[in-house]
Amino acid sequence: MQKIGVFVCHCGTNIAGTVDVKAVAEALGKEPGVVFSTEYQYMCSEAGQNLIKDAIKNYGLTGIVVCSCSPRMHEATFRKTAAAAGLNSYMVEIANIREQCSWIHKDVKVATEKAIVLGRTAIAKVALNTPLTASETPVVKRALVIGGGIAGIQTALDIADAGYEVDLVEKEPTIGGKMAQIDKTFPTLDCAACILTPKMVDCAQNEKIHIYAYSEVESVKGFVGNFNVTIKKKARFVDETKCTGCGICTEKCPMKKTPNLFNLGLDNRSAIYIPFAQAIPKIATIDADYCNMLKNGKCGVCSKVCAAGAIDYKQQDQYIEQQYGAIVVATGFNPIKLDNYSEFAYNESPDVVTSLELERLMNAAGPNGGTLLRPSDKTHPHTIVFVQCVGSRDTTDCGKPYCSKICCMYTAKHAMLIRDKYPDTEVYVFYMDVRTPGKNFDEFYRRAVEDYGVHYIKGMVGKVMPQPDGKLLVRGSDLLTDEQLKIEADMVVLAAAIEPDKTARPLATMLTASMDTNDFFTEAHPKLRPVESPTAGIFLSGVCQGPKDIPETVAQASAAAAKVIGLLAKPALKSNPCTAHSDENLCNGCSSCERVCPYGAISYVDKEFRMPDRTTKVRRVASVNPAVCQGCGACTVACPSGAMDLSGFSNKQIMAEVDAICR
Amino acid sequence: MLTSKEKEQIIRSSGADVTKCMRCGKCSGACPSYDEMEYHPHQFVYFVEKDQIEKLLNSPSIYKCLGCSVCSERCPRDVGPSKIVEAVLAMAVRRQDENHLKAENIPGMVEDDTPGQLLVSAFRKYKK
Repeated sequence: MQKIGVFVCHCGTNIAGTVDVKAVAEALGKEPGVVFSTEYQYMCSEAGQNLIKDAIKNYGLTGIVVCSCSPRMHEATFRKTAAAAGLNSYMVEIANIREQCSWIHKDVKVATEKAIVLGRTAIAKVALNTPLTASETPVVKRALVIGGGIAGIQTALDIADAGYEVDLVEKEPTIGGKMAQIDKTFPTLDCAACILTPKMVDCAQNEKIHIYAYSEVESVKGFVGNFNVTIKKKARFVDETKCTGCGICTEKCPMKKTPNLFNLGLDNRSAIYIPFAQAIPKIATIDADYCNMLKNGKCGVCSKVCAAGAIDYKQQDQYIEQQYGAIVVATGFNPIKLDNYSEFAYNESPDVVTSLELERLMNAAGPNGGTLLRPSDKTHPHTIVFVQCVGSRDTTDCGKPYCSKICCMYTAKHAMLIRDKYPDTEVYVFYMDVRTPGKNFDEFYRRAVEDYGVHYIKGMVGKVMPQPDGKLLVRGSDLLTDEQLKIEADMVVLAAAIEPDKTARPLATMLTASMDTNDFFTEAHPKLRPVESPTAGIFLSGVCQGPKDIPETVAQASAAAAKVIGLLAKPALKSNPCTAHSDENLCNGCSSCERVCPYGAISYVDKEFRMPDRTTKVRRVASVNPAVCQGCGACTVACPSGAMDLSGFSNKQIMAEVDAICR
Repeated sequence: MLTSKEKEQIIRSSGADVTKCMRCGKCSGACPSYDEMEYHPHQFVYFVEKDQIEKLLNSPSIYKCLGCSVCSERCPRDVGPSKIVEAVLAMAVRRQDENHLKAENIPGMVEDDTPGQLLVSAFRKYKK
């Protein structure tokens, strides 16, 4: 027979305000098996914990029930308390009488009754608890960072700095991400490439960092401390070890009409290419969709001109398997497609561009060498209209319901840069709200208005109409003067909403990391654990978790790195002993459990069994790998013969709880 | 603040949720009849929210609306200003002829070849 102690917490007035804690302690003291029952103001305080420890020693308790807040809050605390008093920490049960009782009820009588039932339930469970011991698993001292933008780069650099090996996987031929495409950065207006490319070089030169460019994560297995990842290295058709990045192949390639994706298709490049001058790794890549040699076997110019003999038309995708202790997701974002917003004539006129396209148009390495010209006729634009919130804060199905956060600032930046470089240009910005929280951000926006004479108009553009003379007639409202403006513009720039990269969703499935309805990764706690995924060992860096600008991204990237370092520094991880196990005598080998297991922890083995008639028979039975099992319990529910059971949450215990509630 | 009967009526008959409006003004930026109107689509939404229905009922704007629904089409929050204009217009029309049709007078008006449909539509238009 167990000797059970019950400890009811007041949590100040959090619980005691709605629940008669004395009555609860008294009622639970009469439950079978309970030898000690008391209440205290703050059970989690040192004095409260000492009260528990003393009771364990004085009454020889074999199990304790703490009626307090959610186990997510203080289960670990009370388990430690029990262990300190010599009681197995899995002999502790928490009855949640705060979140699930006092906080949601107003009537003291009802809440007290419910608290008693919840306490009774925990007592019924703890009576059947058995001591469990956590085993230890080693941690692989290597981290994987998925995504080579500024977020991934910063995380990789920080982890490497602490002395751990890092693999950086990037799906494009070069690392750098969106920041490499940006011209200048707010609020200081320093050139993005000037501050980014040194970091890219640091990555390449750091011997702890291994860059897998033009690669994708193919599969992820395992668990925190021991992830098993397959990386697909896509065929570049260029031998990485031989290519020197001299660029002669890109000059000689005859397929010059290939859209330049780095410049967002605003100009063309050759079929064999290096995305931009400072690319890391600086290795040529052949675009298989445009290369004549790969399409129909006629050409081979690049192979002939390559002095290093690096061209390999027969190169295949390569698969690399590697073990990691932690994984950081830094998959970033893209501007949304504007097909749903035909009113802005984005698909009709080349002079209607997105803000990211404007970055390339204004960039010295862009299609016009840094001179801002209209894409249609390469003339200097004299009137430019900016439209903010295109697709952001849109609760219809066309756009995104959230604020994209960065648009107000980059639009102010664009407007200011244009007015600075081309003072004869009139710049209008249509806004719903100007949102500029951040250090020196509002001052920056005000400078655009006060010092650079940008016309900010509170209102929205309703329609953009391309005219026969090449102008764009913009019709928009000015809510403050209460008039409808008709502006003849040369260019229209749309601040398109940003959305998580399309690769994020399948990756989340591979990682079993949760996402919100907008495909942003969910953090473990919105305030207190912002860079961790609820899935152990998965960390979040940059816009994949929510819209943010470069300073915030870098801060979060370093925060994620700190969390990874904290994990990798541990010699071993305590594994959860609440894992599934199967009764081989009952198992009929149906595979139901194997199919539902989200962690791949269950396999089947053929085992010899002695039959009553002294013959032996080979039967197929389930076997659980406790190192991989996370104790979710899906298999115990799926098992039709009741062979599968979960330590710490056995079928018997659950039934005892139900009986206690229904009594 | 008490909500007037008129506001309740407009919200009920239009089905528009005016609290969703974030005052972007895209409706008024798109309106082809803007220059003809005294009050503009975004003001219709705002005045309903602020319970100033009387202003709208007495404004010629309700007759200037083309009913093209482009304001509702462009609205990023699905508020639907055109539905509000329509509801205000209907309220104004009903008010003008509030007691135009009285049940006891109907038998005298009906001729043998009066279609029943005409009576139904007259009721719909002229009665609350």
